[in-house]
Amino acid sequence: MVLFAGSLHLGLIYGLMAMGIYVTFRILNTPDLTTDGSFTLGLAVSAVLTALGMPGWGIVCGILFGALAGTVTGLLQTKMDIHPILSGILTMSALYTVNLFVLGDRSNLSLLGSRHLFSMAAASLPNVHRDVARLVLASFFCFACFAFLAWFFQTHVGLCIRATGDNDDMVRASSIDVDAMRIIATSVSNACVGFSGAVAAQYQGFADINSGVGMTVVGLASVIIGEVFWGHRSVTASFASAICGSVIYRLIIALALKSDFFPAYALKLVSALIVIAALSLPAVKGRFELAATRREARRHAGD
Amino acid sequence: MLEIKHAQKTFFRGTPNERAALNDLSLTLDGGEFLTVIGSNGAGKSTLFNAITGGFILDGGSIVLNGDDVTWLPPHRRALVIGYIFQNPARGTAPNMTIEENLALAYSRGKKWPLRKGVSKEDRSFFREHLARFEMGLEDRMKDTVGLLSGGQRQALAMLMSTIARPRLLLLDEHTAALDPAAAQKIMRITDEIVKEQKLATMMITHNIRQALDFGTRTIMLDDGKIAFDLRGEERKNMTPSRLMEHYSHLRVM
Repeated sequence: MVLFAGSLHLGLIYGLMAMGIYVTFRILNTPDLTTDGSFTLGLAVSAVLTALGMPGWGIVCGILFGALAGTVTGLLQTKMDIHPILSGILTMSALYTVNLFVLGDRSNLSLLGSRHLFSMAAASLPNVHRDVARLVLASFFCFACFAFLAWFFQTHVGLCIRATGDNDDMVRASSIDVDAMRIIATSVSNACVGFSGAVAAQYQGFADINSGVGMTVVGLASVIIGEVFWGHRSVTASFASAICGSVIYRLIIALALKSDFFPAYALKLVSALIVIAALSLPAVKGRFELAATRREARRHAGD
Repeated sequence: MLEIKHAQKTFFRGTPNERAALNDLSLTLDGGEFLTVIGSNGAGKSTLFNAITGGFILDGGSIVLNGDDVTWLPPHRRALVIGYIFQNPARGTAPNMTIEENLALAYSRGKKWPLRKGVSKEDRSFFREHLARFEMGLEDRMKDTVGLLSGGQRQALAMLMSTIARPRLLLLDEHTAALDPAAAQKIMRITDEIVKEQKLATMMITHNIRQALDFGTRTIMLDDGKIAFDLRGEERKNMTPSRLMEHYSHLRVM
């Protein structure tokens, strides 16, 4: 039960990030590696402000700084014409220094004894179990972000961003600024990632400079798991499926670790394998089908 | 409507491959005029279109569109008054979005307030009305993604998308070349109707000499980045495809 509750909490919190990843990976069709850095940025900003007694502002600033990091990547991609993957790597790398600076030249910061939103939620709901209070707060954040994204991608700008990922020639011909759309999309994406980091910092009660390592892969795994279960559907449904994918991912990881099948440090390897398996599925399936067709043809030739 | 003055563009300048793609080309096109453009490969037809839409900036000369000097403007700023149809039906539409979403994007040109609803109720009935005119059943499939449509249906949709926001200049880049004959004929009929109805200044690139003479009000032939000849009025009426073909090969021999 504890295992399940923990996975649900983490799944919802990292679901914020999965939705952000969905924006760049699926909607914009350009994987963005800024995530590793912007997650830690949100985490660091939130932790520092929480330690200063401003947990609410920690969340708000986590979102804003995430958006800022995304804007930088977007500018590098469009105005400087740097390859999208490299732009993300550059921002991520630069953010390592920024994150250390935010944390005050420390590699970690404990929130032990500081009031944060999760302890406040538990205090304001004294009649329920601590886990339920945490679940309420995590769900609230997750739903707020989901509702915003679902609305945003039905607006005019949202349509333009979706079309940019689909066919930017047509977008240009419709007199829409493709560069601006890319910048807005990476910025929205990393705002979600920063949000996720900001909430995670207060949930786990500490910030560590290495928390973001491999986050892109975790987010991709969540998006892909969601798609395996629910398929490719409308944008709104896809955001919901990214959240579900994130929860399932956390359950898989928790079970795998619980079963003593994997040591705890196998986490990233398992995540990478999940992503590789899901992404290579179509190619492998195609090869099997081709082999089957060939066998069939050879048998007919033998008749 | 469109005024190109002494347009000059050289590709690969300073290398052995240096080539003048537009060579002091001047052209004036009025509203309602339907110009067909012919010329062999490399004559500068697509370069001319690219120069107008802003695919590149001219080395020399100027382009005035709808009274504004657009010589230095980026593509998306010029697109406000230009409708463009590509040869490949897939290039003019977003395949993973629905028909109504595609139309809504095209219809939104130049409108303000970016956070309004992407597809509104009024938009929907407006699109339905327009789609019904094609008699392709598209009006009942507005929630289908465009990737499910045939090439002809996609091109019809692209046609509507590029004219629904009432541009002043319509550029057609061999827009029926990738279609089967029946679909091509239908698209040409739709094109003709829309051009006449909206009194658009239109330019159509084609490799089909008969099509170049059958449609439109004026024909130019490009060669070596220049206008080799400009047919209109009586002279054009009396021109036959075979005589035009002669002109064509005559030029190539020189």
